[in-house]
Amino acid sequence: MSNPILKLIVQRIALGIVLLFAVSVLIFVGTQVLPGDVAQSILGQSATPQSLANLREQLGLNDPAYMRYFRWLGGLLTGDLGNALTSGLPIAPAISGRLANTLFLAATAAIVAVPLAILLGLLAVRYRNGPIDKAISAFALASTSFPEFFIGYLLVYFFAVKWQIFPAISTVFDGMSFLERLQAVALPATALTLVVLAHMMRMTRAAILNVMQSAYIETAELKGLRPLDVIRKHAFPNAIAPVVNVVMLNLAYLVVGVVVVEVIFVYPGMGQYLVDHVTKRDVPVVQAVGLIFAAVYIILNIVADIAAIVANPRLRHPK
Amino acid sequence: MAEVQANKKEGLLLDIRNLRIEATVYPPDEPPKTITLVDDVSLTLERGKVLGLIGESGAGKSTIGLSSMGYGRGGVRITGGEIILNGRDIMKGGRSGIRKIRGKEVCYVAQSAAAAFNPAHQLMDQVVEASLLHGTAKRATAEKKARELFRKLGLPDPDNIGKRYPHQVSGGQLQRVMTAMALCSEPDLIVFDEPTTALDVTTQIDVLAAIRDAIHATGVAALYITHDLAVVAQVADEIMVLRHGKLIEWGGTRQIIKEPRQEYTNALVSVHEIEHEEKKPTDTPFLSVKNVTASYGDGKVKVLKNVSVDIHPGQTLAVVGESGSGKSTLARAITGLLPPMEGSITFGGRTLSNSLTGRSKEDLRQLQMVYQMADVAMNPRQSIATIIGRPLEFYFGIKGAERDRRVAELLEKIEMGKGFADRYPAELSGGQKQRVCIARALAAKPKLIICDEVTSALDPLVANGILKLLLELQAEEDVAYLFITHDLATVKSIADSIAVMYRGGVVRYGAKSEVLAPPFDPYTDLLLSSVPEMEIGWLDKAIKSRRMESAGN
Amino acid sequence: MLDIKRIPPGAWIGLIVTGLFVFCAIFAPWVAPYGNAEIVGDVWEPMSAAHWLGTDNLGRDLLSRMIYGARITILIAVLATALAFSLGSILGFTAAVVGGWFDTLMSRFVDLLMSIPTLIFALVVLSVLPSNIVTLILVMGILDSTRVYRLSRAVAVDINVMDFVEAAKLRGEGRGWIIFREILPNALSPLVSELGLRFIYAVLFLSALSFLGLGVQPPSADWGGMVKENKDGIVFGIPAALIPAGAIAALAISVNLVADWILNRTTDLKGGRGNG
Repeated sequence: MSNPILKLIVQRIALGIVLLFAVSVLIFVGTQVLPGDVAQSILGQSATPQSLANLREQLGLNDPAYMRYFRWLGGLLTGDLGNALTSGLPIAPAISGRLANTLFLAATAAIVAVPLAILLGLLAVRYRNGPIDKAISAFALASTSFPEFFIGYLLVYFFAVKWQIFPAISTVFDGMSFLERLQAVALPATALTLVVLAHMMRMTRAAILNVMQSAYIETAELKGLRPLDVIRKHAFPNAIAPVVNVVMLNLAYLVVGVVVVEVIFVYPGMGQYLVDHVTKRDVPVVQAVGLIFAAVYIILNIVADIAAIVANPRLRHPK
Repeated sequence: MAEVQANKKEGLLLDIRNLRIEATVYPPDEPPKTITLVDDVSLTLERGKVLGLIGESGAGKSTIGLSSMGYGRGGVRITGGEIILNGRDIMKGGRSGIRKIRGKEVCYVAQSAAAAFNPAHQLMDQVVEASLLHGTAKRATAEKKARELFRKLGLPDPDNIGKRYPHQVSGGQLQRVMTAMALCSEPDLIVFDEPTTALDVTTQIDVLAAIRDAIHATGVAALYITHDLAVVAQVADEIMVLRHGKLIEWGGTRQIIKEPRQEYTNALVSVHEIEHEEKKPTDTPFLSVKNVTASYGDGKVKVLKNVSVDIHPGQTLAVVGESGSGKSTLARAITGLLPPMEGSITFGGRTLSNSLTGRSKEDLRQLQMVYQMADVAMNPRQSIATIIGRPLEFYFGIKGAERDRRVAELLEKIEMGKGFADRYPAELSGGQKQRVCIARALAAKPKLIICDEVTSALDPLVANGILKLLLELQAEEDVAYLFITHDLATVKSIADSIAVMYRGGVVRYGAKSEVLAPPFDPYTDLLLSSVPEMEIGWLDKAIKSRRMESAGN
Repeated sequence: MLDIKRIPPGAWIGLIVTGLFVFCAIFAPWVAPYGNAEIVGDVWEPMSAAHWLGTDNLGRDLLSRMIYGARITILIAVLATALAFSLGSILGFTAAVVGGWFDTLMSRFVDLLMSIPTLIFALVVLSVLPSNIVTLILVMGILDSTRVYRLSRAVAVDINVMDFVEAAKLRGEGRGWIIFREILPNALSPLVSELGLRFIYAVLFLSALSFLGLGVQPPSADWGGMVKENKDGIVFGIPAALIPAGAIAALAISVNLVADWILNRTTDLKGGRGNG
């Protein structure tokens, strides 16, 4: 690996860190400066002015916004996410178990979705404009148009209620075996897979097709290579970068899809936790969880960019 | 090895009989339809001979070339005839039969080697790939042969160039590597598809010579596809002229270029012969570029260095140079699109504002521009009447019926009927589009029209028509041209004075007769001697007499 | 220029289904057999002649609620899309043509907004804002305008460097002519098809928010909200929640089909009479 690549990667990571800080500002501003009043929303419309003032004092709401931001940021950097308004308990311990649950669900979905999407994308390219390609693109159209809960409840209706193969509610608890866990997340993971599969497949198809239409593929064909060898030797090395990029972008998308899916299956993850506390207007929790989601999303995007940098032969072998 | 091969080159290699090639096109909102690209073409090629396939775009020459490998691009299908290679019909061998021929008996050299090489692999791996695939040689032998070919083709550092990646090698060199790749598996036939068209003239001549020498040394037969008769005359034994997928004329090279039998061939041969008498410069040029220096970005890379030229009323100044010489930048500096860092441009005795925004409407009217790519120079959503009529409206406030009358007049001037007024650019041919762009420039009644490579995207005959039109218009309207081109042949037919540019500077400047007469400076000499002439044996003479290495090496 | 015979069957289905939904939305009070909040029977009655789609979790006529739901869903989605489009395209075009600091500032800000997943950011903001339809439209419209901004800026930047725009600048044309006469007509077809996609996105986004209980508030309900109301029936084998969910899918697919068709019609056409 030579210098220009390293330089680009370092630049990209630095940019990502700057972005993370900017996002933390944005999330903070979004919850503090907007016209909503935290104290009012906690105590409700019937609160007396005195109790409102007390609560504002207690929450430090009378300090200038930038001070509150730095206090929050300082806490974040030391692992202290603050206390929930509703329960008064620290947020960090409450989150950790849920974060693990969410990651488990997302990973299960990704392990199924990624190879499947690439395989189907390849098939669509190999039999371009044929019935398989048409069927795949029809499926993709349907699946991008289906809301997550439609897919989710269809799965519940058939697999949990009619055929009773999997549980409708994904309960997980400590001490569950791996297989039990897997069975518990089977339906939500399937729903998530279906949600991202179409996108990933369509983008994979486009990326590979783009490579297949290059002049060097024609050169390979004119050397007498068999179609599979053309793909293996000439298309594949150039398709890795765009495909990795596609996968990463869709995993970022999956992180968002998890919110709705967790609510459907009452799965004890971050998404459910976030939605619950948005309804309760528990701002510190929303800020913390929102930032974690954003951070995961940003990191996946950075990985996608780095993959593209590393796989570019022009950068790997500079002049 | 060359001698051994030379012995076996007897007899018929390729015999194409009544070839018919069709493609299905899918126009939007219309049912798909089948069009015929090649219609009843037959040809034969002896071992070791070179047949030139020549024609304008759409003649079907590449399609015929690729058919010898049983290959059709996109939806192209071979629907009739026989392609007999080495005594057997390749279309009857099935897919695997055709694969055994490709890369072993027939190899291909593409127009753009830069796109045709896989960016992910080293050159050597790609060069020997076909030999290893077809088992014609072991890796060590194949690589040894490749290095020999690199040397023979005049590539620098032939022992190590194979370790490089395509983007690390220049365009002219890549084209030679591609030729080496085609020769490496010792095929019987190579299809050269416009192998020098994308190169600068001074690079083209070297690559052309290298290809020709390699063909002679190895005794391989070739189909050489190009639109340039002068180029093909240097390498081909026989020439076949094609038009709209049909055979026009087929004969020996000397016969085709000296005694063409068909009118169309004759037109192709005599395409450059426009007589243009040089006008003497006046005492007072109306536009002077004085010591202009310009750069892009932060000023570190100067693309124009201290350039001074004059343009006289009703005359043509041709600016000649290769890519990167700064000739188009000069046009951008004059129009104000790229404000010069130093120097000035005076117009009718006044100094023009350097930037576009500082110029009056009247100044802008006096300088009009015609672009290389006519199809992107016109708004595809505007009708021809709007396109030509807008300057009338904008500069002179002419509207309604009067505008329509003037548009019709201008269409008449560019030899197009007034029926074109309601059409859209997409419905016009390349030459017609360029004519409309000229009419749009004329509509402003300018003193100067800047023509930036206006003919280089066009087929030779069409380009010739545009040049003739420009000369006629100059005589009628007394408009001056700043004619930017890389093609010295066009310069001879249109210029009154010439500026030769090289790496951002003017290396030679003066009246046409002076610039084109010896003694030459080294660069002008190189440039002049690199322009292919329709003369058998020109290439040898040109290579022998050059004094300067071309930029592509 | 539109030849009815040449509309492919997919686009026909899209046009008809979309038309049907829009018709229901506009004429809801006349089309619906019962009132929106009217309790007409038992909880979760099965489909019958009186109640074609059965009744919901409170015994209201599901078909009537679907029809009123269409109204709210489509109204909010249309308004949010309109906001996203006007905001995004005006800023995008301006950034592309003006360039300089305005472009840099806008583009960096949009990058920042887009680096947070839209749903997450919407949840964060909705945790402090009052829950009403205006807030919902503003949040959805503003967040989605970032995508429209990116597209229109990219399209305009591409067109802005083309020779015919340069020719107009050399002629001395003003900014207005360049934006409205040179760039806009050529940017229209990608934008029109994007309009369809943005609308679908708005429908799905709204449904997701309402499903999570953060969108349209009871007693009125959009389709997403109806899924939430009826979701508890699923585990008892009552498919009432699947009906609004399916309606969302059907609307999204049909708009998709129409958008696809428009895009195909116009991208193949290099200019011409502009029948896109």
